[in-house]
Amino acid sequence: MSSDGVNSNRRNLLIATAGVGALGVVGASVPFIKMWLPSERAKAAGAPISIDISKLNAGQKIDALWRGKPVWVVRRTTEMLDGLDLHREDLKDPDSENPDQQPDYATNPTRSRTPEYLVVLGVCTHLGCSPKFVPELEPQSFDQEWNGGFFCPCHNSRFDLAGRVYNGVPAPTNLSIPPHFFEDENTIVIGLEGGEEGDAA
Amino acid sequence: MNKPQGTISRTADSAMGWVNKRLPVTQFYQDHLSKYYAPKNFNFWYYFGSLAMIVLINQIVTGIWLTMHYKPDAAHAFASVEYIMRDVPYGYLVRYMHSTGASLFFVVIYLHMFRGIIYGSHRNPREMIWIFGVLIFLCLMAEAFMGYVLPWGQMSFWGAQVIVNLFGAIPYIGEDLTIWIRGDYVISDATLNRFFALHVVAMPIAILALVVLHLAALHTVGSNNPDGIDTKDNKDATGKPIDAIPFHPYYTVKDTFGIGVFLLLFAFIVFFAPEMGGWFLEHDNFVEANPSVTPEFIKPVWYFTPFYAMLRAVPDKLLGVVIMGAAVMILFALPWLDRSKVRSIRYKGAIWKLMMVLFVISFIGLGWLGAQPGSIAQTWFARIFTTFYFAFFLLMPWWSRMGSTKPLPERVT
Repeated sequence: MSSDGVNSNRRNLLIATAGVGALGVVGASVPFIKMWLPSERAKAAGAPISIDISKLNAGQKIDALWRGKPVWVVRRTTEMLDGLDLHREDLKDPDSENPDQQPDYATNPTRSRTPEYLVVLGVCTHLGCSPKFVPELEPQSFDQEWNGGFFCPCHNSRFDLAGRVYNGVPAPTNLSIPPHFFEDENTIVIGLEGGEEGDAA
Repeated sequence: MNKPQGTISRTADSAMGWVNKRLPVTQFYQDHLSKYYAPKNFNFWYYFGSLAMIVLINQIVTGIWLTMHYKPDAAHAFASVEYIMRDVPYGYLVRYMHSTGASLFFVVIYLHMFRGIIYGSHRNPREMIWIFGVLIFLCLMAEAFMGYVLPWGQMSFWGAQVIVNLFGAIPYIGEDLTIWIRGDYVISDATLNRFFALHVVAMPIAILALVVLHLAALHTVGSNNPDGIDTKDNKDATGKPIDAIPFHPYYTVKDTFGIGVFLLLFAFIVFFAPEMGGWFLEHDNFVEANPSVTPEFIKPVWYFTPFYAMLRAVPDKLLGVVIMGAAVMILFALPWLDRSKVRSIRYKGAIWKLMMVLFVISFIGLGWLGAQPGSIAQTWFARIFTTFYFAFFLLMPWWSRMGSTKPLPERVT
């Protein structure tokens, strides 16, 4: 039964008890870990927004905040749209083949529902900074052959005017296109697909 | 015992005896101060351990006082810090003591770590001291990062955005992990509130516990010294080490002098240059957090810039994060990487000294580059320095054995 003063039956019982206790500790840690998850209030805060684009001139960008993140609407000029083809070979994903970064209706060369209006999340896909809008099609300190786009000041990631990421920068994917639709000529709704695609948020 | 036998001292003795029977206070005092023998040849570099302790005490005391007026609420945090600065009596002083202390904590810790590396203080039998030290360094980085978020300025917000998103680079679980850390889909009130809890409760407890373990491990094996030779076993007839002196009063007096000089410098910064031209407190942090506008030029506070430069030098998200993490984690392995026959740089060969110089240049170079906008040339320099940083550690098992070493002295010099 015992060796060296140790009662092995009792020791086994002790080990089994400790094992069950450890399981209890694991169980008890669940609420402490889950308490870090977003609260119901935080989850409910993701309502869609409407953006009035009636005062948006060609070549300009307007900002809005959706789910706490900046959303941009850029009204591109024909010159800007023509510029999108000039640097295809410098892009990581020129044809938007990563399905996570845009809805189906934005999987096209301009990454938009209509070529003129780019609706994009202003959040760098690297580490979440908000890139700068550098629309001028002229050489910049960070790129000698700049065809307009977005430049992230945090880690120098570059995106073109369709939100497509350049090669050789830390951002892994194109900027994300949020679900959106044109409610009427002058209103874009962010957060809903609208119309025939169904209202999936 | 040839003590004076007055009534008072007799009473004191018996009171002490009463306590010691129940809690060995005198024993503890002797073990760690009056009869803790430290090598007699400690030089300038040995100030930084006790200075780190002083800064830690400063951070805890000023931190407690700041929480009396600070509000960990995204709607009020920025204003409450301005309130501390303008309306609370001496609030500006305590806040600047806390922010200056944060930067000087890293100055002191970096110099303390450098001391360890050049004199081989991390090597057998002191590996655990070093490991606890690196753990303190890790906790300190987390503590400093979360503390910098609390004023809820632009740099607080965007710094938190970048650092939390680093975890998003982890495959599969990354995205969910960042949501779990933030408690929201974006950096928000939930994030600020939990960072406050971690900054003022959890991390300080962890750091204090690690400091106790760091010192317990140190006092178990005894201090190293600038010669890197053992002093414990060389004893005189009375059993006291010949080349070591009691920590108290010798080193308490020495350290008090060092602390005096340090506090002069500290006070000068607090009163005349608390922002240090944007190095200690960044200009953009005097603007309240705005989730839709990233500051023109975003950079971390100076003590993170070496690692930030590494992150930025790698043109791949996951790899950049891995490199940055590895740059810190590799420190844990240091005790087993250094294979030189001697501990101290004093007796090492030219190759070792050259590598050390290049390492210091790389680290400071990365620190400078991490605070710059990052032009193409700067990115290439950052890549060269990052490569050298890792070569220094990863190739150390080979280069640390190369070249000749000088003979070790019998006794400390």
